[in-house]
Order: sequence, then C-alpha cells, then structure tokens
Amino acid sequence: MTKWKYKLMPLFFIGPAVLLLMVFSFAPIFLSLGISFTDLTLIGLADWSKVNFVGFENFVKLFQDEVFLESIFNTFFYVIIGVPLAVSSSLVIALLLSMVGKWLSSTFRLIYYMPSVTNIVAIAVVWGFLYNQQYGLFNYILSLVNIQSVPWLEDPLVAKFSLIILAVWKSNGVSMLIFLAALQSIPRDYYEAADIDGANRWQKFFKITLPSMSFATFFVTVTTVIGWLQFFEEPFVMTDGGPLNGTNSMALYIYQRGFEYNDFGYAAAASFVLFIIVIIATIIQFRFRKKDQTL
Amino acid sequence: MEPKSKLEKFIVTFLLVFGGISVSLPFIWMILSSFKTEREVLQIPPTLFPQNPTFQNYLELFQNLNFDVYLVNTLIIVFFSMVGLLLNTMAGYGFGKFEFRGKEIWFMVVLVTMMLPGQITMIPTYLIINEMGLTNTMTGIVLPGLIVAFMIFLIRQFMVTVPDDLIEAARLDGAGEIYIFFKLIIPLAKPILSVQVILTFIASWNSFLWPLIIANDQRLYTLSVGLSLLQDQYATNYGLQMAGSAFMVVPILIIFMIFQKYLVEGFNVSGIK
Repeated sequence: MTKWKYKLMPLFFIGPAVLLLMVFSFAPIFLSLGISFTDLTLIGLADWSKVNFVGFENFVKLFQDEVFLESIFNTFFYVIIGVPLAVSSSLVIALLLSMVGKWLSSTFRLIYYMPSVTNIVAIAVVWGFLYNQQYGLFNYILSLVNIQSVPWLEDPLVAKFSLIILAVWKSNGVSMLIFLAALQSIPRDYYEAADIDGANRWQKFFKITLPSMSFATFFVTVTTVIGWLQFFEEPFVMTDGGPLNGTNSMALYIYQRGFEYNDFGYAAAASFVLFIIVIIATIIQFRFRKKDQTL
Repeated sequence: MEPKSKLEKFIVTFLLVFGGISVSLPFIWMILSSFKTEREVLQIPPTLFPQNPTFQNYLELFQNLNFDVYLVNTLIIVFFSMVGLLLNTMAGYGFGKFEFRGKEIWFMVVLVTMMLPGQITMIPTYLIINEMGLTNTMTGIVLPGLIVAFMIFLIRQFMVTVPDDLIEAARLDGAGEIYIFFKLIIPLAKPILSVQVILTFIASWNSFLWPLIIANDQRLYTLSVGLSLLQDQYATNYGLQMAGSAFMVVPILIIFMIFQKYLVEGFNVSGIK
C-alpha cells in the first residue's frame, strides 16, 4: 500500500465521527461558557451586534432568582431522597433474584428491566393518569382501604415524592443488571470458606457479599447521582415544574429559560452552575471511594 | 446466597411476584385503558377489563392526530441513528487499530464529551444549528445525535482486543482497508454490535429532547413529542393518552423481549464487576 494512503486511512475512519463530535459536543462547551457572560436572547440571535458582554451579571442574578434557587433545592431533594432509594431498591431486587432458581430469576429480571427500555414521555403520561386525584387508579385502590385521596401531583411536597417514585420505578433495571453481574462474579469459594469457619448468613452478607460489590455499588451510585442531578423529563411531562415550582428541577429550569423565554445567556449560565455541581458531586464521591479503599 | 428453608424460598418468591406485579401494573393499566371508551375510562369505580373493547382511540390517533406522520419521522430518526452507529463503529476501529498523529488528543476529546451532561450543550448546540439554518429541519434533528461518544469508547475497547496479525494477514492477501473493515472487522464485532444496534434502536425510538427543541412544526414531530403535545391538548381524554403511550411502548417491549438475551449478556461482556 502506498504511504499516503496509509496515512489517510485513519482519517477516513475517525474523521466523520470526530468532526461531528467537535461541532456538536466539544465546541458547544466553550460556546456555552462564552454565552453565559452575555445577554444573548432571541433579538441577539437575529442581530449579533445587539449582544453585550455582561460579565458575571447572569450568575449574580441567578443566585438572587428565587425560582432558580428553588429548583436547586428541589434537585438536591430528588438526589438525597431518590438516589438511596434507587440504589437500595435495585440492590434488593438483585439479591432476591440471586436467591431463586434460574428460570424464575431470568423471568423476573426481564420484568424488572422493562421500564428501563420504555419511553419516558409515554411512562409519564401513564403515571399522570395513575396519579390523577379523581380518576386515578392509585387513589381508587387507597379508597378501598379507606384512605382519603392523596393529592399526588397537586401538592408541592407530595408531588416531589410522586416523581421520585416514578423515577425509581423507571431506573431500577440497569442498576439491577449491574448488581446482578457483580453478585455472580463473587467466587463460590469465599462462601464455602466462611461456611467452614461457621459464619452465619448475616456475617457472610456483610463480610463477603457487600464488600465484593463495592465497585458495582460505587459505579451505580456515581451514575445514579449524575442522572438524578439532571432530572428533567418526569417534571417536564407530568407537572411542568409545578405546582408552585414545587417540582421544578435545574435541568427543567434551564430548558424553560432557554427555550420558552429564549433567554440564552441566562440559561447557559444556569447550565454551567449545574455542570459545576455535577463535577463537584462526582469528585466528592471519588474522594470517599479512595478513603474507603485505604481501610 | 441460597435460601435455607422452604419458608424463606416462599417469602423470596412472594416478594419477587409482588414487585413484578407492581412494576408491570402501569403497563397493564395502560393497555387495558387504551381499549376503553372515553366515558368508561373515567368511571368510578374503574373497570378492570374494558366492557366494550374499542379500537376507537387508536383509530383517532392515526385519523385525526397525525400519528402516522410522527411514526414516519421517528422511523427516519431510527434509520439515521443506525448510520450514526456505523460512524461510531468506524471511529472505534480507527482509534483501536491505527496509529496516527494526534490520536491521544482526539481520544481525549471523545472522553471529555462522554462525561458531559446534555443540558450544558443543549443551548449552544441549538445556536449552532440555528446559525447553520437547520432549525425546524430533519437534518437539524438528526445531526447532533449521530455520534455517541460513549459508544465510540465501548467499541474502541473491543477493537483493541482484535489481534493485529489478523488484519495484517488480510492486508498481505491484498484486501483493501474498507474491505477489511466490512468483511473482517464487522463480523468479528458482531456480539458487541448487536447489543449496540438494540440500544441505538431503543434510544432513537425514544428520542425526545432534541426533536422537541428543533422541531417547531408538527410535520417534524416524533412520536414522543407528539405524545407530549397530545397530553397537553387532550388533558382529560385518558383513553386517547393511553393509546398513544401504548403505541410507543408496546413495540419497544416486543423488541426487547425478542432480543433481551443479547442485551443482558452484553452487560456481562462489557466487564462491569
């Protein structure tokens, strides 16, 4: 093969992908940072000379913006309540699945995984119906045991929990599979050795099973936290951030500011705040992980 | 951990069945409700099975609510995402099996974009699309989602394991690079690619945010965007909403059931311990 041809071949293979990635994913990072220091709106989009550099004004305004602060609070609420629920429930499902025979295990694995592959909009529409205060199935079932109707999506606090329940239901599948793979990779010998030493089940669980899964748990927790920090579709479809901004998340706020108010500079600044929170949350978890390993 | 007694086995199975029912309940309720009439769906106490099963809701979706257009648009997006998968595979092969200048730097770009939250690129990417004059076009909807950095990464990890000798031998036999890629590499990568095909299909069928941002015109809506519009416009017509949801969810569930073996095994192959 001629030399120039060999040099061009890699370009042929990676060229298209890298070019698209540069234009639509990499360049936007810097563009976004640039925009966040301007007052770009729809007007500026039509005539770039009307765009002004405003320094940190957007960021200052953001932290005085009550709706934004509330969306930060809600996002942390989702993470703090939702992540432990999501991680522990998928762990429990994986453990239960590992305790039954192969047929039962693979059948139920399929059922528990189903929500993960389905469309979030469709799911949110269905759950919106289930949560309906008057006609919903949930309140009907509760009424059978004489519990008064719950304002699932009508009360700011209850609505947060309703969205969390839906999101946990939806997200269990993938984490469950990761936990299951981790469980299956624990060598049988460990348990046999523990049996010989006369360990009971709880000892085996806390001394063998859980420590062996520490990487899986770490991986699931990190990805779950990142995912929940970007909570978007559920409040978008079901509540549109309401009632009274009670379910508004940071990601939804960025969308509203950017595409409903066309306040691009301001929204880009908000997206940077979210980005920094994601990075900090990830760094903190890696720190904890390091500490853990030195033990 | 194996359960010790019969009782324990029973409790575990019971918990699994109970959980399984709770997980599938929304799906079952969706399908049952989609065949009910507008009146019956709001009836209290609710009926479990539709009294007079009707296809009216589904017919309505296609006759009056443009779901046929949304379906075509969604399928177009699915098609192009498969083209994207090919580009991702090529890039993964390029990074895994070629030496060239700046390789590390370009791969860093891939890694950085992989970790980026979607919300941060949402606004600037929209502005870029806008500058290109591609808002409200199918190209604008499809283009930004073609390349998935994580997929390039995964495929590269696989390509690294392909022995160099195999490719060299094919070159010595006089096979061209493109021939090698399609006739040797792709068949070799079949296990990992089949997982990616399913995941790509599911992701593109479900794609929501980007079509929502770029498409102003109902003519370009995808099923999920159309469905969220329908939920706004027919807020109390739950039968119709459930039919729309079922139309989006059931095909995916069927595909998932058929190919789940590959998906679940793919998870074990991807080496997460």
